Amino acid sequence: MPPRVNQLGLKRTEYRGKPSTLCPGCGHDSISNQLISMAYELGLEQHNIIKVSGIGCSSKTPAYFLGGSHGFNALHGRMPSVVTGAMLANTDLACIAISGDGDTGSIGMGQFKHVIRRNVPFVYIIENNGVYGLTKGQFSATADEGQFLKYYGTNHMPPIDLALEAVIAGCTFVARSFSGDAKQVQALLQAAVRHPGTAVLDIISPCVTFNNAETSTKSYPYGKDNEIPLHEIQILAPDYVHAQDEITVEDYDEGDIIDVEMHDGSFIRLKKLENDHDPRNRRMAIDVLESSLREQIFSTGLIYYEEPRPTLAQTEELVETPLAQLRAKDMRPPKSALDGVMQRLMPS
Amino acid sequence: MAIQTELHQTLDKRAPISNDFAFSVATKNGSGSQTSNNVLVMSLFRMGIPVNGKNLFPSNIKGLPTWYTIRASKEGYTARKEITEVVVAYNNDTAPEDVMNLPPGGVCITTDKIARIIRQRDDISYYVIPVTKLMRQATVPSAFRKLVENMTYVGAVAQLFDIPLDLIYQVLLDNFKGREKPAKMNHDVIKLAYDWTAENIVKSDPYHFERMDGTQGKIMMTGNDAGALGAVFGGVNVVAWYPITPSTSFVDGIIGFRNLRQTEAGENTIAIVQAEDELAAAGIITGAGWAGARSLTSTSGPGISLMAEFAGLAYFAEIPTVFWNITRMGPSTGLPTRTSQGDLLFTHFLGHGDSRQICLLPGNLKEAFEFGWRSFDIAESLQTPVFVISDLDLGMNNWLSDPFDYPDEAINRGKRLDENALRAFIDDHGKWGRYMDVDGDGIPYRTVPGTAHPFAAYFARGTGHDEMATYSERSDDWIENMQRLRLKMDTARAMLPQPIIDDGREADIGIITFGTNDEAIREARDWLANEGIETNYLRVLALPLAPSVSDFIDAHKSIFVIENNFDGQLTQLIRLEHPENISHVRPLALGDGLPMTPSWIYQNLIEQEG
Repeated sequence: MPPRVNQLGLKRTEYRGKPSTLCPGCGHDSISNQLISMAYELGLEQHNIIKVSGIGCSSKTPAYFLGGSHGFNALHGRMPSVVTGAMLANTDLACIAISGDGDTGSIGMGQFKHVIRRNVPFVYIIENNGVYGLTKGQFSATADEGQFLKYYGTNHMPPIDLALEAVIAGCTFVARSFSGDAKQVQALLQAAVRHPGTAVLDIISPCVTFNNAETSTKSYPYGKDNEIPLHEIQILAPDYVHAQDEITVEDYDEGDIIDVEMHDGSFIRLKKLENDHDPRNRRMAIDVLESSLREQIFSTGLIYYEEPRPTLAQTEELVETPLAQLRAKDMRPPKSALDGVMQRLMPS
Repeated sequence: MAIQTELHQTLDKRAPISNDFAFSVATKNGSGSQTSNNVLVMSLFRMGIPVNGKNLFPSNIKGLPTWYTIRASKEGYTARKEITEVVVAYNNDTAPEDVMNLPPGGVCITTDKIARIIRQRDDISYYVIPVTKLMRQATVPSAFRKLVENMTYVGAVAQLFDIPLDLIYQVLLDNFKGREKPAKMNHDVIKLAYDWTAENIVKSDPYHFERMDGTQGKIMMTGNDAGALGAVFGGVNVVAWYPITPSTSFVDGIIGFRNLRQTEAGENTIAIVQAEDELAAAGIITGAGWAGARSLTSTSGPGISLMAEFAGLAYFAEIPTVFWNITRMGPSTGLPTRTSQGDLLFTHFLGHGDSRQICLLPGNLKEAFEFGWRSFDIAESLQTPVFVISDLDLGMNNWLSDPFDYPDEAINRGKRLDENALRAFIDDHGKWGRYMDVDGDGIPYRTVPGTAHPFAAYFARGTGHDEMATYSERSDDWIENMQRLRLKMDTARAMLPQPIIDDGREADIGIITFGTNDEAIREARDWLANEGIETNYLRVLALPLAPSVSDFIDAHKSIFVIENNFDGQLTQLIRLEHPENISHVRPLALGDGLPMTPSWIYQNLIEQEG
């Protein structure tokens, strides 16, 4: 049997990167795998994707997926500014950016909030494990209050909820997931990459070396036992024309389905589970995050979605040709333009 | 006032002095004096008189003392003068000292209120303007009354020193972008003071202006505007910045000239982002440079400190981008509104580890414009950040200049491979690696994202890497990479703008400098030559230093390195790069926050030379 290929005629293996150097079993590797699958399934052209990251275990991962895409392992907490510049330079690109809870929640908090405010279109993945791995196990700002870690004792400070921070900052696509829930991660990635605005995915991604005890809410055992998906998620591609009709063939009442239409005509179909969360309602999104934090409920799924406001490039009213591809004549005005300016500055 | 009449009889016997004296206008910050001073400078410029205006202003919105010096020089000298012959003493807080600073025979123009609190000197002329009375006669809405009050000294100065009123009105119109209402409101006050002065003041000084042809075909502009215009002609695509004095007006300049680069449909080819801080501004331009755009930021010392981490990354990952450092006085917050050349070493070595940054050092408007566009060609040719080190004096003050030359070289994107070029490269060399040095000049070939070739991608990083851009902790890879970067810097020495050398005189003394000290040095050299002391002169335009600097040092018995910082930073750099036979190299380093003066250079050079 010939190997399976996607619409570009590429095998899944052609979307791989270099072999991972993270600890065996690291949650981050599962996310890299889902990114490979996503790009393969959607038939994305790797040369039109950039991968950008900060510093930390998570930020190493762009080397481990999409080897055919340009990557930039930048500075600690500064990935959002690098993405801003790159996405202004070339508006034809798609961007997958990887950060961690230290990278975003501590040193990069300012850039995290401001890139959302600017609405740079890219997928902002936070691989959140509550701990600093590369420096051997310090608490991060997302660690639970009262948690005990062998290296540093008890954490006495309340956690920062990065999904909540994203909603408050005005993010138009906010999701939380669990790296152990491959199916949900895949669905959310496929939705996020289509979103023409900043899409934040806060993915709990256990650190098997420093923070995987059952007592930690960022561990595999905890996640497996306690994850409560808000919905079952399905992505319906733009060519899926009968989204509404399809509802009836499923075993759901009409009221139990939310079809979120995306900018490109695709739908995020959310099938109701045990609660009534509607991600199009900002107040509900804040409530579900607040109560999850307070009551330590591990709610996952699409938390918040709204039709994105104009991207930064649109606000800047840029030409359609990517700035990085402009021809010389569009980069330098003619001599007459300089002479005109000089003339106006002369005495008479 | 009785004293003055007696004075007149002795003072007004001097021969007239035309177009060769300087003013100091002392006011309170935020009182609207900027417009008054601009009107005076631009009027003299239009009269054809070579003129320079320097704003010595406080870090404050309203209330603190500010001085504006205007120098007219028929010989075309535009450096700041230490002593001004005329003071407009409109600030009661500083008036006593301002008057004491006048030379014998000087002129004090002041208000009736201030006249009561200053000590009378019997060797200067006083002209006292009844500002309150005049403003009562003016038909100015009360909301603007305080702001146009300073126009009274413009009127008095115009009458006393012969600046035509109709010309002032034209300048006002230009200043208010053709709007007649504000122009007329200001002009009415000027005219009131002009007429009052004509009727009531007996002139007792020799100074006056007269039309000449010293500015025909010349322009007047700030260095920040000149650099911004240069960047627009250099193809800048992405500008990211954070407001900081004295660099803010650089980005204002780009915003002002942005329309020169708009498409017919009004779309922009320049994105301008006000970032959340200088860290992000540096990140944005680094990201844009990596992705293939021409990017720029403008900042000053405190911002440069924050940008150090991205400067190191861009140096090591070899990403072209441009930083303008409009230097102000440090360390720390320092003197935010005072000029300095104190960031030379910090900027040149910006970044931890063994990093070294390309620096361009403009000394006048033409160079600010030229480096505005050329910095991008250099950055892309060398694949490294370029720092243009200007200063507050050049950046924010109005300078006289010949018009700028249109770029004489086409836009140069350096060794950048598109799909076809990459294919050809691989045919020639078997493979492509981001940091392979196939030309032996230390400069590799790069690709940018979006290049449709299966081997175009690479992984940019600040971590150790081999020539294929793969992560490596091997010592041999590290050393090889650092050696190539050093080779690249040596390649740069010959590619960068070369020093301007005037060594045609029979002289034992050589002067070396950089940046805006040029005007003061030019004048000081003329003074020295008049005393029979000949000097040769070299002005450095770029770092790392060109080989000709060493030759110049070796060719003179005595070398003075004149710089406007406290520690003699260019001297230190010369000692580092040219360690042999340099006992004759001495710094003349000032660093007092003000633009350098010819008299300081003249005195100190003579003193040192003995």
